[in-house]
Amino acid sequence: MPYRLNINGTVRRVAVPPDMPLLWVLRDELGLVGTKYGCGKGLCGACTVHVDGAARRSCQLPVGSVGHAKIYTIEHIGGTEIGARLQQAWLKIDVMQCGYCQAGQIMSACALLGQTPQPNIDQIDSAMAGNICRCGCYNRIRSAIRIAAGMEEETGRVG
Amino acid sequence: MSDENTAAGPSRRTVLKASLLAGGGLALDALIPLPAGVLDAMEGKTAAPAQLSAFVSIAPDGTVTIVSKNPEIGQGVKTSLPMMVADELDCDWSQVRIAQADVDQKRYGEQSAGGSTATPKNWLPMRQTGAAARAMLLQAAAMKWRVDAGELSTARGRIFHRATGRSVSYGEVASVAATVVPPDLETVPLKEPGQFTIIGRSLVGIDSARIVEGQPIFGVDTRLPGMLYAVYEVAPAHGGRLVSADIKAAKLAPGVKHVVPIIGNGDADTGLADGVAIVASNWWLANQARSKLAVDWDLSAAKGHSSSVYRAKADAAIAAGAGTDLRLDGDPAATLASSAQRISARYDYPFIAHATIEPQNCTARYKKGRLEIWAPSQTPQRGLGTLHDALGIAPDAVTLHLTRAGGGFGRRLMNDYMVQVAAIAKAIPGVAIQLLWSREDDIRRDYYRPGGWHSFEAGIDANGDLVAFSDHFVTFGDGKTPARAAGFNVTMPPAGLIPHLHYTQSMLPTVVTTGALRAPGSNALCFASQSFLDEVALAAGTDLPKLMLSLLGERREIAAPDNRSPSFDTGRARDVVEKVVQTSTWTQKPTERGRAKGFAFYFSHRGYFAEVVEASVSGRDVTVHKVWVAGDVGGQIVNPMGAENQVRGAVIDGLAQALTGQAIEFIDGAVQQSNFDDFPLARIPMTPEIDIAWVKSDKPPTGLGEPALPPVIPALTNAIFAATGTRIRSLPVRVKTA
Repeated sequence: MPYRLNINGTVRRVAVPPDMPLLWVLRDELGLVGTKYGCGKGLCGACTVHVDGAARRSCQLPVGSVGHAKIYTIEHIGGTEIGARLQQAWLKIDVMQCGYCQAGQIMSACALLGQTPQPNIDQIDSAMAGNICRCGCYNRIRSAIRIAAGMEEETGRVG
Repeated sequence: MSDENTAAGPSRRTVLKASLLAGGGLALDALIPLPAGVLDAMEGKTAAPAQLSAFVSIAPDGTVTIVSKNPEIGQGVKTSLPMMVADELDCDWSQVRIAQADVDQKRYGEQSAGGSTATPKNWLPMRQTGAAARAMLLQAAAMKWRVDAGELSTARGRIFHRATGRSVSYGEVASVAATVVPPDLETVPLKEPGQFTIIGRSLVGIDSARIVEGQPIFGVDTRLPGMLYAVYEVAPAHGGRLVSADIKAAKLAPGVKHVVPIIGNGDADTGLADGVAIVASNWWLANQARSKLAVDWDLSAAKGHSSSVYRAKADAAIAAGAGTDLRLDGDPAATLASSAQRISARYDYPFIAHATIEPQNCTARYKKGRLEIWAPSQTPQRGLGTLHDALGIAPDAVTLHLTRAGGGFGRRLMNDYMVQVAAIAKAIPGVAIQLLWSREDDIRRDYYRPGGWHSFEAGIDANGDLVAFSDHFVTFGDGKTPARAAGFNVTMPPAGLIPHLHYTQSMLPTVVTTGALRAPGSNALCFASQSFLDEVALAAGTDLPKLMLSLLGERREIAAPDNRSPSFDTGRARDVVEKVVQTSTWTQKPTERGRAKGFAFYFSHRGYFAEVVEASVSGRDVTVHKVWVAGDVGGQIVNPMGAENQVRGAVIDGLAQALTGQAIEFIDGAVQQSNFDDFPLARIPMTPEIDIAWVKSDKPPTGLGEPALPPVIPALTNAIFAATGTRIRSLPVRVKTA
């Protein structure tokens, strides 16, 4: 099936079966490999993208259901104000170890700050609970989100 | 490269080669043998490399390029090893570029990641190489100004002659430096720790900026012209063999280009497993087509390889009494018999998977007898050997590029995915193939941390001192040799610290592939032994930190029985125990109802770690509030920001192993778990505050990928006991409610 997708502000044409998850359209049809495969079941969040501003697991999103929605991926997120702040915060305290999950983490964090500009730790944990970091960078993910939000680092569960 | 000077160092095998860069500038290649014994001592079951190498070049514009030869799996080595070179070179970190090396044994020596060995192996050689380059630049400037090199000083990539106020950048004299005879590496002056300008600073990882932008740097990000995507369907049970495959329907599935049944070399453990490759224009299409395969597997070898059967056999082995001797000190039987108090307990833990977040994958192209590979592997050179054994492809017919790996934890010490993609690529010459395992493939075909059982007994004398200790360990193996990563460690405390001790072992055969998982051996042995010692301490009327301190006794070095493994320094052990007792304001008494602290200590991978966990239990729910870590990995932390991340990661990894329900179970060789719903990983809400205190002994720095993990598990289970009175003797933790 031919589809016209609005990805990172550009219309992209693909011809794929309607049930192909958006993840595999991005990675294997369009070469946007920043969005990662981790589980294929919406359990790990590595494939998180923005669909009309909301964080969605692209491995669970059939391309046939996307329609004209505006899709943004990690490759574009630095062009947004919140995304750029998050990237800087991530680098300031070097959140990552292996780094594979971080695209998904940043996409989820970006959606969180869009909704809740000054989240407390519980709000961060709740918004980020769907994103697995196998290396266990969670303390720094909390810290980086709060740095990006312009908040004082809470002592306690950050670091 | 027009000019070359080679100086033989003090050792016949040390080679320091200077040459002129193509565009001008200095290139310095160092090949450095390690002293005999150092290599053997480093967790070394792998073949010892002959030498280390370091490559640094300085371009006329001042850019310093340092080659990173080892795989980067998230442990930070791509940043920390170049920091050692750059500091002694005395350049500015902003001048440094890092180039990832391809795999080339002749040029680079060993290229691997594992065993927390990169820091101790490279600490001196990397610094010596940087210092040698600096000495040559100084000599070049001295020649230029006709002064003595001793009158010159350096800072941030410039050379200064204070007497005349002159200065010159490294780049400007780099070409002349290439003509200078290289100095003796062993005597080239090194900085004193107080003079470091880069080592000891918190520096951001060299790939981090690309990672936050989603740039392609991982194995799965490899994209080549005309590349196709593959899945590899293997037998549904470990040890299964391919009998026949009906591939007609799969071939007709959308997007599918090739379906290739592959008979392996009969060695699914270290070689090539039988399977059916489906190759398509899109990975999802290849994966979807698996349901169209009709494959007849011979699963007879897997019959009876079930978790319940293993458990029953372990019970029988323990009931039958001690197995073969591993270590016998003094007369433990008689001492136990005459002890004032005897206590015994059984402990066990399950098989667990690595679950790297980037599933196993590899990309290859086979063309005119040559194989080109892009691999996220921890041991790419071993992969070359496997390619030769399984497919008959000679190592010199292979070009192997290293990609960043999305986690390792020991999983990528094995190269099964590399051999699989090579077999597929060989069957479809000229076409680039990317093999990617589904998460289900990854969970079901791991080299698991093997399960194990321990039957402990301890004797306490009338003074309350631990005087005798025994452990009958039931593990997996062929009866002669334990399976991979299923061996015991005869230095496990309290060995060497009490007079009467007996360690024995029995083995169960298995068809399941096993392997090293972060802190192999220690991750399980520490849980069992430090939990049981907690029982011993309480029975003796003390607590575990006090018991450990009394066992450790005087400050001294205890040589390993094999005289190869690292010796054990009781003073360093005492210091981390005392440190964490202080930072955690340790107390055995519950801090409030249902909330308490637990302690554990372990020495592994040359690192000394004592940890305290504060946890509370409500019903079946365990909450970890805070973890205190005291660690001694030598006098110098190379990159504190990276080092602390390794410790936090190890702590969270250990808590996940204990608390999330991780266990791999088998029925007739078939793995019952498949994804993160039934093999869970840690998530952000369970993350406690983690307090890290470095105890900086006067010792060279050692690695951090592993040693912080083992103590956190028994520290947690000991905290659960202190909080509830329920002793956790089996992992994963299941708190029984009354």
